[in-house]
Amino acid sequence: MESSKARLRGDRVSTCAATASQEGFGTLLGVSDFYREVILDHYKNPRGHGPMEAPDASAEGLNPLCGDEVTISVALGEDGETIEEVMFEGRGCAISQAATSMLTEMVKGRSASEVAALPKEELLEEIGIPFTPIRLKCALLGLGVLKVALHRAKGTPLPEEWAGLASELEIS
Amino acid sequence: MTSPAKLDARKLRADFPIFEQEIHGKPLAYLDSAATAQKPRQMLDTVRNFYETSYANVHRGVYELSERATAAYEGARRLLAVFVNAPSEKEMIFTRNATEGLNLVAYAWGLVNLGPGDVVVVTELEHHSNFVPWQYVAKRTGADFRMIPLDEQGELDLGDLDSVGAGGNVRVVAANLVSNSLGTVNPVERLATWAHDQGAIMVVDAAQAAPHRLIDVQALGCDFLAFSAHKLCGPTSVGALWGRRELLESMEPFNLGGHMIRAVRFEETTWGDVPAKFEAGTQPIAEAVGFGAAIEYISAAGLEAIEQHEHDLVVYALERLEGIPGIKLYGPPAERRAGIVSFNLGDVHPHDVAQVLDLEGVAIRAGHHCCQPLMQKLGVAATNRASFYLYTLPEEIDRLVQGLHKVRKVFA
Repeated sequence: MESSKARLRGDRVSTCAATASQEGFGTLLGVSDFYREVILDHYKNPRGHGPMEAPDASAEGLNPLCGDEVTISVALGEDGETIEEVMFEGRGCAISQAATSMLTEMVKGRSASEVAALPKEELLEEIGIPFTPIRLKCALLGLGVLKVALHRAKGTPLPEEWAGLASELEIS
Repeated sequence: MTSPAKLDARKLRADFPIFEQEIHGKPLAYLDSAATAQKPRQMLDTVRNFYETSYANVHRGVYELSERATAAYEGARRLLAVFVNAPSEKEMIFTRNATEGLNLVAYAWGLVNLGPGDVVVVTELEHHSNFVPWQYVAKRTGADFRMIPLDEQGELDLGDLDSVGAGGNVRVVAANLVSNSLGTVNPVERLATWAHDQGAIMVVDAAQAAPHRLIDVQALGCDFLAFSAHKLCGPTSVGALWGRRELLESMEPFNLGGHMIRAVRFEETTWGDVPAKFEAGTQPIAEAVGFGAAIEYISAAGLEAIEQHEHDLVVYALERLEGIPGIKLYGPPAERRAGIVSFNLGDVHPHDVAQVLDLEGVAIRAGHHCCQPLMQKLGVAATNRASFYLYTLPEEIDRLVQGLHKVRKVFA
């Protein structure tokens, strides 16, 4: 019973992806609409890029389909809650790297619990382009890695919606 | 025999309804035929007509429709046998695809005949479909799993074959005739001779070869050869395995169930004759009929003419692509290469390359092409791959090149 419920929820997640992708199909989207200035800027000049000594939380992920890799490290404030610094290292397609760069800007200064529960739509809106299901995984790699890092540090379980993606993207 | 007529790609292209649309507001340049080929109206009409006029289950009924369906299904088998120059149509087995054909051999021959001390040899160029089943079966039986290495150009290094087999009893040699990833045309005849010298069977993955060049199983000297319909303008979900009759007859079945039996008793079941022994359950009947129609279609175009057309395209593509700054081309020279070009463009990830090209209406494949061991060898996570077929036009290659210049501009 429990597992069939989980499956239903999983279906809803993939339906979301399919809906997002529908917007991308058959459009007259041009190259400069997809690779927007801001995305290319984040890709070429990634924010928060580099290693971090003794992070409070960290995780890494690999999209086996295309070889995108992302490692994220987080330093928390004295309250053990505020994200004081977040850094990433990685390589891969422009979308995976730019999305992770944008994510670091988006979450800095916010509370870890809030970011651990951050809806993916918030990041996707920031990126602002329609994705096919395959590219959606590129876009969500960084967020998945960050969520795994934060939930692990907090000792809270990863929401089911993300568990499937975390396994697919080999996040640990 | 006169030399084959030159292929008129522009005329053939009109047979493919898929090209009557625009993608992202641009005409479709489909450069991913190595993944799967588009479908001509003639094949589609045959399948539709079969469903509308002659459809029933085969080998079952005594009624008119079943007779008609059986005749169409078995007619397709005859076409396939002629297509690969099989000595007998009874040696042609319908499968789901090339992958299933290769699994059939790995399970029904490999599991029974392999053991410790035996060696299974594949190549570093294999598609996962001719790699993973053998790796798995070798592990299960305790046999050694070894690889023929590649040289710098992406061609098999056959210089030291005997050391590949050294110290073991080589029982299987499995290789593709054309690499799906680099387009390398492999010297399967030589491998087959070596395999037989070792007392091994030669298993050929022809998924990427059968659509594009004449196949002659007798000239190749192989023991098994598998291919798929969908890559040669046929439907999905159907493929074929050719096997040497004495081997097929000595083998255990693969799938068990209806049709593959001679007699079923409470105590024991006996198997039907080849090929029925390997065709359990209701087969993809209409797809098999469509497979036959696709074979007729590409045969009418002429396999030699298709090969020549694709060679001309590859020569042109390599020449044009070489001129792009930062491009890295993989694979052998055009004369030993089928209609496939793999490349990377500077540091730009293949997904970004393919995405920009898609927005320009150019469809190419980006990824590991089900060849992760090969990607590891090349030292890349993925490559871009453009592949051609009988409907591919030189101007599609021009659009690929223009698209790649656009990629360079975006990621400059």
